[in-house]
Formats: sequence, structure tokens, C-alpha cells
Amino acid sequence: MNETEIRTIALTTLKSIAPEVEADELRGDRPLRSQVDLDSMDWLNFLLGLHEKLKVDIPEADYARLITLDDVVAYLQKKLGGG
Amino acid sequence: MIEFKLPSLGADMDEGTLLEWKVGVGDTVKKGQVVAIVDTTKAAVDVESWQEGTVYELVAEIGQKMPVGTVMALLRGADEKVGAGETAAAAAPAPTPRRMISPAARKHAEEKGVDLDSVTGSGPRGAVTLEDVEQAAAARASAAPKRAADRAAEKPADKAADKLAEKAADMRKTIAAAMSRSKREIPHYYVAEDIPLAKALSWLQAANAQRPMAERLLPAALLLKAVAVALKRYPELNGYWREGGFVPVAAIHLGVAISLRQGGLIAPALLDADSKSLTLLMQELTDLVKRTRAGSLRSSELSEATITVTNLGDQGSQTVFGVITPPQVALVGYGRVAERPWAEDGGLKVLPVVTASLAADHRVSDGHRGALFLRELNDLLQRPEELEK
Repeated sequence: MNETEIRTIALTTLKSIAPEVEADELRGDRPLRSQVDLDSMDWLNFLLGLHEKLKVDIPEADYARLITLDDVVAYLQKKLGGG
Repeated sequence: MIEFKLPSLGADMDEGTLLEWKVGVGDTVKKGQVVAIVDTTKAAVDVESWQEGTVYELVAEIGQKMPVGTVMALLRGADEKVGAGETAAAAAPAPTPRRMISPAARKHAEEKGVDLDSVTGSGPRGAVTLEDVEQAAAARASAAPKRAADRAAEKPADKAADKLAEKAADMRKTIAAAMSRSKREIPHYYVAEDIPLAKALSWLQAANAQRPMAERLLPAALLLKAVAVALKRYPELNGYWREGGFVPVAAIHLGVAISLRQGGLIAPALLDADSKSLTLLMQELTDLVKRTRAGSLRSSELSEATITVTNLGDQGSQTVFGVITPPQVALVGYGRVAERPWAEDGGLKVLPVVTASLAADHRVSDGHRGALFLRELNDLLQRPEELEK
């Protein structure tokens, strides 16, 4: 799975939690949670959604590395063996 | 004859509009059964009956706006005999066919500007589900070439946006009215305590490492459980101010302030939080947040809270000074969990810390007791393993 496909899945998952999000207005290099106003429950559901769609386990110890959307995409790509 | 009245839907919701009857004349009603859906300024609410009987008459009409306490229906109790003159009244009016629409579907249709009359229901007994509305919205968007679709969708979308804005304004007025009443009537006092969370978070991390992703615990579950357990020793913070006096409540039902994405907040209750395991509390919290945001709450969840907890979470500020929700007498607030310098045993460390605050009613308790309650909360959070069961 390439980077674009992973980003599309991440954005779809994000929109299921925050429907008002406009993908064009989202900065991939800025902290995601403050841009989209995701609380800890939203964040858990976002990661859970990614886990279910991509069958990737995301240990809690890795949460701190996932700050921006770019971080999330790069992390998933690596986990899926594409990075 | 039993009068089924519109129950209280929380202190800040004193009226509602009947959207739908879930029962008809002649139906048997059990305790806890959802009998109607009522729209309030905050959400569409599934209204439950706490009495048993057979529906004799539906008094309220669809679309009727009514204050709390209005008789909505008459029920005949199990041991009531049918009078000669009443037989016809009870038997004659056949229930009008009701359109079953889930609250989440109704809300989504409103947001998307989907006309529910045009949606075919795929749920039980033809109920319109959230998926039905999503499909209808998607079909409408893709039905016509883009320009035509834009033109066609412009009006309903604008209408939906106007309706949402109106709803948001109503909710703001409702919150303002309840909070004004609180500040006018309740002599608040405030105390706060910084609580180190190193032990609690380490324990959570270790516990979560053993759990599948879907069953991981958030710090919020631990913080809520600690409040519920601490309250057992401070009953003067758990209950209601009614008719000039304090009425303590034995059960501990935590009202959890949940922010809505479109603005505003609702604080439905996690019932009997002190006696539930962390796993169950986390499941119920997840479900409550989901249903609150989907607009699918039950009336009991809106009226049963005995105290409110507001947790600003890690996107919030350091400290929150809460406004008590009447007729409750206390509110516990948690600020953001963040690393801070911490002096201990003559040394300085960096630890994750949360500031817990208490806003309480001076007619019922004093700052000294409030401070002891927060100290108890602190002690409990240093022994997280004891909060698990």
C-alpha cells in the first residue's frame, strides 16, 4: 500500500470521527489533534479505526510519536512494510 | 389511571417537543421501555417510562411543545378494571402507523438536509436507520451531474445549515439559563489540588499493554472511578438541593460533561460508577460519548446525575473552575495532564500532574470538607490497582 492510499484511509477514518474536517485545509505537518480538536476518546477511536482497516497494531507506547498526519502516515507505511 | 408525564431531562432542559411515539393505544408498557422520542434544545431524547401498564390514550400530539410534567399519555395499571364507558375509548382508536426513525438517523438527516419521507427504512419494522440516511445522502450527491447536484442540494443544505445554527443558538441559551440560575442561587466555593499521576499512568500503561486495542483504558476512566469511590466518604457532595434543603443520594451517578463537535455540551450520567470495574466504566463511557454525539440518549441518563465531572483532557487548560449543575451540589473538574516540576523528599522531579478542582455548594458543605475530598482523590489515584474492580 502506498503513501497516498494510506493517507486516504487515514483521512476517511478521521472524517468518520470529525465529519466537519476539510481534507484540503488540513496541514499534514502540524499537530493533528489540535487542528481537528480531537479529545483522547476521539484519538483512541481514530487509532482503533486505522487498526481495524489496516490490521496494524499500534502499541500505546508509540502514541507519543504520532503527532501530525504525516507522522501517522509514515508510521503506518513502515508498519505495513512499505517505508 | 396512570398519568405518564414528560420527565425532567436535566436542570437545563425544561421543555421538549414530541417527535415520535414508540407505542400505540393498547400496547403494554414495561418499566424502562422507551415510549417516545422528544426533542430538546440539546438533543433528541429517548423517553422511558418508569411505570407499567397498558396505553389507554396518547394525549400529546406529534410536534407538540410541552413543559416538563405535562401529561403525555394515560396508562391503565395491571390491576385496573376496564369501566363500561371506557371500553370504546381504549379499543376504538387504532394506533396510527408510526414511522420508526432512530434518533441518530433523524439527526444525521437534519445535518445532511435529507428528507426522511423519501427514505426507505431497512431496520426492524421498516425503521429508518443511520445507514439508510447515509445511503440516501450519498445517492443524492451522486445522482446528478455536479453542477445540477450543487443547484439541487443548495437549498436543502442551506436549510440544514440554518437549522443547525438555530439549534446551536437554542443550546447556548439553554446553557446560559442553567448556568445563570446556578450562579444566582448556589453560593459556590472552590478548592483545587495538584495530583501526581506517575503511578496511575504507569499502571495504566502496563494494564493496556496486556489488552487488545479495542479494550484499552483511557486515564479518564481512572479519574472518574476515583471520584466515584472518594464520594462514598463525602456524601454531602453527592445529591440534590431541593425545596430549601439537601437531599443526599446513596447511588453515585456521575454526570460526565461531553462536548459536542458542533459546540455546546451535554452531561449524561454514568450510573452507579462506584461499583463498576474500570473495564465496564470505560465501555460505558465510550458508548455514552458515542451516543451523546449521535444524539441518542435516554431520559434517565439526562436526569439521574448526582454530581458532574468535567475532564478537559490533554487538549484543555491546566485548571477548570466549574459551575455546578442545579439541583446538584458539586462539580469535580480535571485539567490537562502535563509534565510539571514536582518537589518531593527535598528533591525536584518532573512528573505528569493533573489539577483536580472542586466547585461545591456552601449551603451543604465547607471548603475544609471539600479539601479533604480532593485529598482522598489524590490518595486513591496513588493506588490505581485498587480502583480496577
